[in-house]
Amino acid sequence: MKYAYYPGCSQETTSEEYNQSALAVCQELGIELVELPDWSCCGASSGHATDYRLSHALAGRNLAIAEREGLDTAVVCPACFLRLRDTRHEVKNAASLRERLSELIGLPYEAKHDVRHLLDIIVNTVGIERVAEKVTRPLTGLRVVAYYGCYLVRPPELTGFDDPENPQTMDRLLKVLGADVVDWRGKVDCCGGGLSLTRRDMAQELVAGIRRAADEVGAEAIVTACGLCHANLESRQAREKLIPVFYFTELIGLAFGLDARPWLKKHLISPLTLLEKHGLLG
Amino acid sequence: MKCVSLPGSELEPAFAGQVTEQSGVDINRCYQCLTCTLSCPSVFAMDHYPHQLVRLLQLGAKKEVLQSATIWVCASCETCVTRCPNEIDIPRLMDTLRQMAIREGVSGKEKTAPVYHRVFLKSVRQRGKPYELGMLIELKLRTRDFFSDLSMGLKMLLKGKLSLLPGRIKGYREISNIFRRSVEGQD
Ligand code: SF4
Ligand code: SF4
Repeated sequence: MKYAYYPGCSQETTSEEYNQSALAVCQELGIELVELPDWSCCGASSGHATDYRLSHALAGRNLAIAEREGLDTAVVCPACFLRLRDTRHEVKNAASLRERLSELIGLPYEAKHDVRHLLDIIVNTVGIERVAEKVTRPLTGLRVVAYYGCYLVRPPELTGFDDPENPQTMDRLLKVLGADVVDWRGKVDCCGGGLSLTRRDMAQELVAGIRRAADEVGAEAIVTACGLCHANLESRQAREKLIPVFYFTELIGLAFGLDARPWLKKHLISPLTLLEKHGLLG
Repeated sequence: MKCVSLPGSELEPAFAGQVTEQSGVDINRCYQCLTCTLSCPSVFAMDHYPHQLVRLLQLGAKKEVLQSATIWVCASCETCVTRCPNEIDIPRLMDTLRQMAIREGVSGKEKTAPVYHRVFLKSVRQRGKPYELGMLIELKLRTRDFFSDLSMGLKMLLKGKLSLLPGRIKGYREISNIFRRSVEGQD
């Protein structure tokens, strides 16, 4: 099982622990990730807010490199995931864009290979049974909510692997890790991560709403698959009684018995006390 | 809900056609059911709610729309289009309107977001990836907002979450070529 790996820019900076835990877990699961040679920024929200040709070209350069390597792409950042899927979809459905895109990026691209989120690969290709076999330290007692946010599931025509209103992929995964996964109403709410730098007040308001929803069901932590959500949920929570936010890959690593401390030390809200309480750090 | 009253002189019927053409979204299919607005996480910060924005577009209220806070406080969360019974792609409309506002240099009610996008893309253009620390400093200088988030920024620096030095991809020239060809339309 081999994929071109597109880490995305924030996996080198603000969400380094996501990258590190993702790589470690893939190794355990026999998923071979080959970092996409000389990958570049997908354009992010600034690209599509400014110019569609530009945003398709910035995403398309990476897609074309993966195609040259002859591999499907694995992505961890849901925002990058959606950008790459969007451009691939446009090229597939509009032959005119295909030619123009190749001119803009100076590379051929025919949308032959797929782009997938790592959560989808782990649950639907590797399979939940295989994950279950590798669990040596079940996350017993850890009461968490699975937070999907926006771009893992919306718009469903582009993201495609789970239900946009009541997704289950991450819930199923966390359950086989032994965690106490509770259903809640906040799983697909927007945290305002994209507004975190331009309208901090809005991000705080939206994070507060997600926290309220998590509190209602007594969650001790929130689990995410997005670096932007992670940074936003950690930094925009109101000061009193903060709750930790985990990447799903960190919890897989923890349940597999890997040393999670180097990842967890990077968090702005330390989860160490919580994990010690459940005897999960030994 | 705010009532918008617009003098007929402010309406440009051709604008509706331009937006439809550039976005590919058929705004005439909207029947004002409010599903989008009731689903939208950003309404509390909007001057025009999503369904109102679509109505304003149908009427050709160009100035009102391009200067609105709505187009910049929309979180691009894709909830409205996922739930709209008529497949009105509002986030795509938002993008189209942002692009128009940027191209035409419209100064609207929200100042920071357009500056942020410019600073971000400038960084990507030079290096192929954003240089986050440099970008944050430039954003602060340009918006004259020096003190918010300082402690968070420091915390991130200490955790090694923001690199001090800018990186650059090998093919950075390819990226500046992409910018030249796409945004500036040069070969
Ligand atoms: S949900 Fe769709 S049809 Fe209903 S008001 Fe919004 S855009 Fe119009
Ligand atoms: S995409 Fe924008 S307008 Fe639509 S629901 Fe999300 S924030 Fe509201």
